[in-house]
Formats: sequence, structure tokens, C-alpha cells
Amino acid sequence: MRRIRIHKQLNRSHFGNFTIFFGLVAVGVFMALPLYLSIVTSLKPPEELFIFPPRFYVVNPTGKNFSELFQLVTDTVVPLSRYLFNSIFVSVASTTFGVIIGAMAAYPFAKKKFLGRETMWKLIMLTLLFSGGVTALPSYIIKAKLGLIDTYWVLILPQLASTLHMFLMRQFMLQIPDVLLDAAKIDGAGDMRIFYHVVLPNIKPAWMTVMVLTFMSVWNTGSAGVIWSEPLKLLPTALSQITTAAISRTGVAAAASVLLMVPPIVSFVVTQSKMLQTMAHSGIKD
Amino acid sequence: MRVKRSFSQRLKDNGKRIKADRACYFMIAPFMLLFITFTVLPVAAAIGLSFTDFNMLQTPNFVGLDNYRTLFLNDDVFIIAVKNTLILAMVTGPLSYIACYVFAWFINELPGKLRAIMTVVFYAPSISGGVLTIWTYIFSGDRLGILNSFLVRFGFIDAPIQWLTDTDYMMTCCIIVQLWLSLGTSFLSFMAGFKTVDTTLYEAGAIDGVKNRFQEVWFLTLPQMKPQLLFGAVMQIASSFAVGAIPMQLTGFPSTDYATHTIIAHVQDYGSTRFELGYACAISTVLLLVMLLVNKVVNKVLVDN
Repeated sequence: MRRIRIHKQLNRSHFGNFTIFFGLVAVGVFMALPLYLSIVTSLKPPEELFIFPPRFYVVNPTGKNFSELFQLVTDTVVPLSRYLFNSIFVSVASTTFGVIIGAMAAYPFAKKKFLGRETMWKLIMLTLLFSGGVTALPSYIIKAKLGLIDTYWVLILPQLASTLHMFLMRQFMLQIPDVLLDAAKIDGAGDMRIFYHVVLPNIKPAWMTVMVLTFMSVWNTGSAGVIWSEPLKLLPTALSQITTAAISRTGVAAAASVLLMVPPIVSFVVTQSKMLQTMAHSGIKD
Repeated sequence: MRVKRSFSQRLKDNGKRIKADRACYFMIAPFMLLFITFTVLPVAAAIGLSFTDFNMLQTPNFVGLDNYRTLFLNDDVFIIAVKNTLILAMVTGPLSYIACYVFAWFINELPGKLRAIMTVVFYAPSISGGVLTIWTYIFSGDRLGILNSFLVRFGFIDAPIQWLTDTDYMMTCCIIVQLWLSLGTSFLSFMAGFKTVDTTLYEAGAIDGVKNRFQEVWFLTLPQMKPQLLFGAVMQIASSFAVGAIPMQLTGFPSTDYATHTIIAHVQDYGSTRFELGYACAISTVLLLVMLLVNKVVNKVLVDN
């Protein structure tokens, strides 16, 4: 028993453990402070919001900021439920089709040999670099020319073409043993059957990760800039629209940001171990 | 004769191979179609349109290198934008890359439950999109702004500072916020990388004279995590050069004296505000080329070491 403990503590001094712990706590406070302040501010009644110096805690917590936020959303032409429906619909469509289309493409790139595979893969890897907003303007031109602007399609289709998500699933598939696939083949299964019955169950952490990442991306990107019709807008866009308008106050804005940050954080907390499992295969081997 | 035959033979062989692998092409087709439409085509369009005076309404005319000439010789704001982007990218890129690695390492030293909590604390900022509004409250220019009230109260300053409109402080504020939310995909990848390292290696290392955890990381862990390091580098370059949204939201658009005007902001200025799309595409193309170049250099450095 003692021996095992010693092995675990190999090269670990108590002093080092404490330094690392307190160092992390210090930085952790900086990381968490803005999130904490959002929550505190969202719970403050007006008389506590405007005192000097501002408090880092709340004396009489109130839900008034939230109810006021809901009131403001309800007062617009479009009911809150419509924004919520839009967000859910786009998220579900993007995650479902994103996983199917991405995994279907990832399988041949991971496990099959076909003409042009290397060239296509190189191109895909190169564009991992452009996942930011760098091509936002030319993408907008393409979307406009295709007539996608101001439809649900403009929110869903680009999510399905994520190179990062396809890459993550492909990397995860690489570790499925070939014998497993060969066995299925000998049993007479076609490529689609192997994909559905062997590959997909074996990469469950990867496709769950991709679902979460897609959801976060849909949620955080919103619909600003590509959707003009009010009834088609997503909830985050509607909320930020209201809070940036002149009618809003600090408390209401904080309430909106609390509502916006909860779904992505909760989805990460729930799937953390699956996401780390997937990320373990994210390396690029040259 | 022989050359011709071998060529036609090759063509025939390729045709046969494609036919044999048709299931593969069928499976990648939907993705490739979307990938080409929304990733490849925009890059091609940016390059193509950068040589025209496209404005979305009229048919574009070919203008050669005019856009690029104006960009580098007559557009002072573009030069400012390039300078700002380089400052932001060169500071936040490497710093957050190192932060991702060091924090992933430290968090991995913690016991189970605590490790999971700390992972959430450090990763949360990068996924909680709406929280940016609280930063404008923290950096707010009046006495009620969190930072100002704190500094005034403890006597560091006499009068509130206009953090987000004073050109002396704007860049620093943007860098702080950018760093705060930059522990994203690379951080997760490194976290996972630390977990996969073979622990028997550490025992062997201890016998070979590795004395502490710093030596352990330097000699044993780093070389093992090269794939993750390469992936993280790509992710960091992608996000640090695409900087633009955060400065625009924090310090306004356009910002005071263009103090935090980035290349992305410049693209938006010409693309969405002035509708000089050909010119805006030239700006995008320059940014794409810079990113490709930096990626090449960083890759070379990482692979060689």
C-alpha cells in the first residue's frame, strides 16, 4: 500500500503541490470573476446597482432584472417562445446533420484508401486555419449569391461544413482497430452498414463532443448580420438586441448575459469527460 | 507510342479505382460539397474579387493590382490596422499558447474532483459568449465602473480613467479580455494530452535522474505531446489573427483614433459600411496570406524541435 503511494507522489514535493494549487486558485479567481460579477449584478435591485463603491456581493437578491428582461422580450413584435423555438430548431438540425455528414466523411478519410484522399485531406487541414472570422466577408457574398440570407439555411448549412469537427471525428476513428472493420466485412457488411453498426458506436465520445461544440457554436454565433426578419432570429441575438438598445440598464444586461452563458457551460460540465477523451486524439501527426 | 499507352492505361486504371471506391466518394460527397461552398469558395472568391472593383450591385471590373496598391501606399488606416493586429496577435497568441499549456499541466496535477472543477473554471470564459457585456461594466469610465471604483477607493488614482476610450489603455484592455477568453480548444487538447502520457515513463525518468516535475515536463512530457502542440498552434494562430470582434465590441467601431482598429475591423469597414467589396477582399487576402505564412513558420519551428 505504502509503495503505491510513493509511486504516485514521484517527484512531487508538498511545497510544489501547494504553490501550484494556490497559483491556480489566484488565476482561477481572475477567470471566474467576470462570470461571478455577471451573476451578482443580475441579482441586484436598482438601489444596489448604483451605489459607490460597487459591492462584490448582493444584499437583497431579486429576480426583477430577469422578469424585466422577459417583459422587454415579450413586448417586441415576436414572442419569446418563437426566438426559443428558432434557437432549438437550428441547434437540433445543425447538431444532427453535422454529426451525420461529418462522421460519414471522416470514415473514408480515416480508414479507406481512395484516389485523391491525400490531396483532399491536405486541403482540409489547411483550412483548419481559417475557422475564424477571416473569411466572413467573402462567405457572406457566397451566401447572398446562393439566396441563403434571411433563411434558416444560412444558420444551419455553414455549421455542417466545420473542418474542425470532421477532423476531430476522423482522428478518433484512426484508433478503431482495423481487424474489427475487416471482421464486419468478412461477415458481408457493406461500407454503410459497417459505418452505422461498427464505426458510429465506437466513436461515441467524438460525436457527442461534436454535438456539444456545434451547439456552442450555434448558440454563440447567433444570427446577427445574416437574418433580417425578426421571426427568424435566434434567442441570443434577440437578447443582445434588447440589452444594447437604449432602454436597458446594467442589471437587465447582466441578466441576459447570465442566460446566455448557462447553456454552453452546462453542456460542457455534463460532457467534460467525453470531450477530453475526444481531444486526446486531436493531435496532428506530421 | 509507349508513353501514350501508359497514359491511357493509367487513366483507365484510375477510372477503375474510382469505380471500385465509389462508396467512399458517396460518403464524403455531402461534406465536400458544403466544405467547398462555405470554406474553399469564399477563399477563392476573396482572392478573385480582390483584383476587381466589385460592389455587390454592378458587374465587377478587373482593376489589376489597384486595390493592393491603394492598400499599401495610400491607406494609412490599413497600416494602423496591420500594426494593431500584429501587436494583438504577437502578444495574445504566444502568451495564451503558453498559458494553455502551463494551466493544463498544473490542473492535471490536481486530484480528480478538483481537476474537473478547475477545468470548467478555466474553459468557461471561452464558451460563454454573452459575458462580454460585464467587461464593459468592469472597464466603465465613470466612478461606478468596477475597476475605477476599486482604484479610487484604495487611492491608486484620483479621477476615474476612461479605460475604453483613452488610447493609452485601450490596447491593454483588449489584450486582457482576449487572453481571458483564449483558453479554448487548445487548452482542452493539452488537458487531454497530459492524460494520455504514459506514466511508466515518469518512473523510468525518475530512475534516470529526473529530479522534479519541471524537468519531467521538459524532458518527458513535451516531446510526447508534439501532435497536440501542433494542433494547438494551428488553433491559436487561427484565433489570434482573426482578432476583431472583441476590440469592436469593447472599444467601439471605429475606435478612438483607430487605437484598436484591426484588419478584421478594416474589412468590416469597407465591406459592410462602404460596400467597396473588391477592396475589402484585398484586405482579407492579405490577412489570409499572413496567417498561412505564420503557420508555416510556427510549424517548422515546432517540427524541428
